[in-house]
Amino acid sequence: MVNLRDESRAGRYGRFGGQYVPETLMKALNELELAYNNAINDPTFKEEVDYYLKDYVGRETPLYYAERLTKELGGAKIYLKREDLNHTGAHKINNTIGQAVLAKRMGKKKIVAETGAGQHGVATATVCALFDMECVVFMGKEDIRRQELNIFRMELLGAKVVSVDQGSGTLKDAVNEALRYWVSNVEDTHYILGSALGPHPFPQIVRDFQRVIGVETRQQILEREGKLPDAVVACVGGGSNAIGMFHPFLEDEAVALFGVEAGGSGITTGLHAAAVASAKEGVLHGAFMYILQDDDGYIQEAHSISAGLDYPAIGPEHSYLHDIGRVKYTSVTDLEALEGVKLLSKKEGIIPALESAHAIHYAVRLAKEMSPEQILVICLSGRGDKDVQTVRDALGGEQ
Amino acid sequence: MAKKRLLEAINKINFDGEKAFIPYIMAGDGGLNSLKTKLLYLQDLGATAIEVGIPFSDPVADGPTIQSAGERSLANGTTLRLIMKEIESFYEVVKVPLVLMTYYNPILSYGLKKFAVDCERIGISGLIVPDLPIEESDTLRMELASTDVALVPLVSLTSPAERIAKIIASGEGFIYAVTVNGITGVRDGFDEQLKQHFVSLKEKSPIPVLAGFGISTPEQVVNIGALADGVIVGSAIVDAFHQNDLSKIQALIQASKKKVLN
Ligand SMILES: Cc1ncc(COP(=O)(O)O)c(C=O)c1O
Repeated sequence: MVNLRDESRAGRYGRFGGQYVPETLMKALNELELAYNNAINDPTFKEEVDYYLKDYVGRETPLYYAERLTKELGGAKIYLKREDLNHTGAHKINNTIGQAVLAKRMGKKKIVAETGAGQHGVATATVCALFDMECVVFMGKEDIRRQELNIFRMELLGAKVVSVDQGSGTLKDAVNEALRYWVSNVEDTHYILGSALGPHPFPQIVRDFQRVIGVETRQQILEREGKLPDAVVACVGGGSNAIGMFHPFLEDEAVALFGVEAGGSGITTGLHAAAVASAKEGVLHGAFMYILQDDDGYIQEAHSISAGLDYPAIGPEHSYLHDIGRVKYTSVTDLEALEGVKLLSKKEGIIPALESAHAIHYAVRLAKEMSPEQILVICLSGRGDKDVQTVRDALGGEQ
Repeated sequence: MAKKRLLEAINKINFDGEKAFIPYIMAGDGGLNSLKTKLLYLQDLGATAIEVGIPFSDPVADGPTIQSAGERSLANGTTLRLIMKEIESFYEVVKVPLVLMTYYNPILSYGLKKFAVDCERIGISGLIVPDLPIEESDTLRMELASTDVALVPLVSLTSPAERIAKIIASGEGFIYAVTVNGITGVRDGFDEQLKQHFVSLKEKSPIPVLAGFGISTPEQVVNIGALADGVIVGSAIVDAFHQNDLSKIQALIQASKKKVLN
């Protein structure tokens, strides 16, 4: 069997990962790694994180049997992992709670973050209010346009939101700016990266804090069905909800894992965010991974209706899981995701985030090919309130 | 192979009692066909070496001035391949050592082996890769092993002593000492610990230590230069070329020519 945990060097997933950052950040990364290793060996750290996850975030989240959807499709039994029910409406807060408690331990009272859809920004602003920390969030100007209300939310929570005009004005440029800010304020500031991306130890830290999704799911399905699911589907932007869901299942070979990237207008149009489909690897934001780029190594703009999937790469551990074939990566277009939003809203009374709708649409296809004895779990990473305007514009009155 | 060209150029100027002065320009800003003219201009003014910036879509180590220059260059259609071809067309007339400053992804995409071979062929003397700390530099270092292309390392104010020792031990050409916690750009103040930092670096390093990032005025060239073996000036030069204000460039280089007693 292939080696599922190839971390022969800390921070490496096979050939992927690493620490491709300016020298000025190396000390901070090494300190973070040390502080993190220290924290996870301290039971009081886990207790504190668990306390906030339970009483503040509202965990555990339900694993809900989507009966009407299952009947409608006539295939596998479909369960939804309800990350949309978390405080702030998405899985992002699992990570920000963990990193904020870690920052507190490290004595850092200032936080910087990037955000795409604004979900991670809101989740970061939220924990900064909770722990009385100063918060700066960088957000691309294009995303600010798409997610206006989230800016107001972050400001209401006391964060400073800085518009990033450089490059494409989207998530990747917000990460660049957050990294620059961190380089200049590294002594007193912690960077809460929002996805399973970036230089080591971020992909590991984010994955570990998101693992709660998969750990709960595994236990819940065993209690409920007495067996593991046959398939698990999650959407992939940078890959945090997906890696959190997948990781506890990696060694269960009978569980098929599917990561769904944003297909935008379609892979053949070139206007998408499907880094695995593009099959090019390289270095961006501190890690070696699959990246959308041209023949000269310049990073290309990602395109997706969903701001949270609009990132031109897939995190290093996902890149590795693709290489060894443990997870199958696929993509769903903007139009298909909209179908996913409509379907789940009508059949289950749940309006999903556009990001999560990508997973839903792929799961619909998959469920139909499966038998009623089989079980399929979808990671419903977030709720759709933030997207109703976008969805309304895209549907143009049609429902 | 010992890396000589760049090191000798700096040693020579220091031996003459002057500080090394390395201006940075963004290749392709103002058109790639202006590159040769700018290099020859800086050579004639007495630059010790010239840092040639390769534009990148995601320059995380750069401040607004160099970011904008990079965006202008990219808008002109500049690529690493085109820059290499352009330099190949005139490298025999440019005598001053050229140091390419590029992020890692463009050279990964170019192919590290081919890049090393091509650099050697067109007379490149050094490379600075701002997002390649020593932990990640072995692959590129191996490709460069049989060339006279030095892999110039950066040390920062935050680098702990044992890292500095490792960086110095692997250093080629010169040690690029970053003078601020931050990105490239123009700045007023400098850290008070800077002096002590340079004393210690110079004590430890067998090769010259040059200061860079945030040096933008003739006074800073003199003051920071006094601490180091020379200075690298980026944003101020890029800006001066962009504004076509060549007197600024002359003043900066002149400041480095003041004889100092070592
Ligand atoms: C609801 C939701 N799902 C998914 C994502 C994608 O991120 P990741 O791939 O890190 O889970 C986002 C990002 O903003 C999001 O808001």
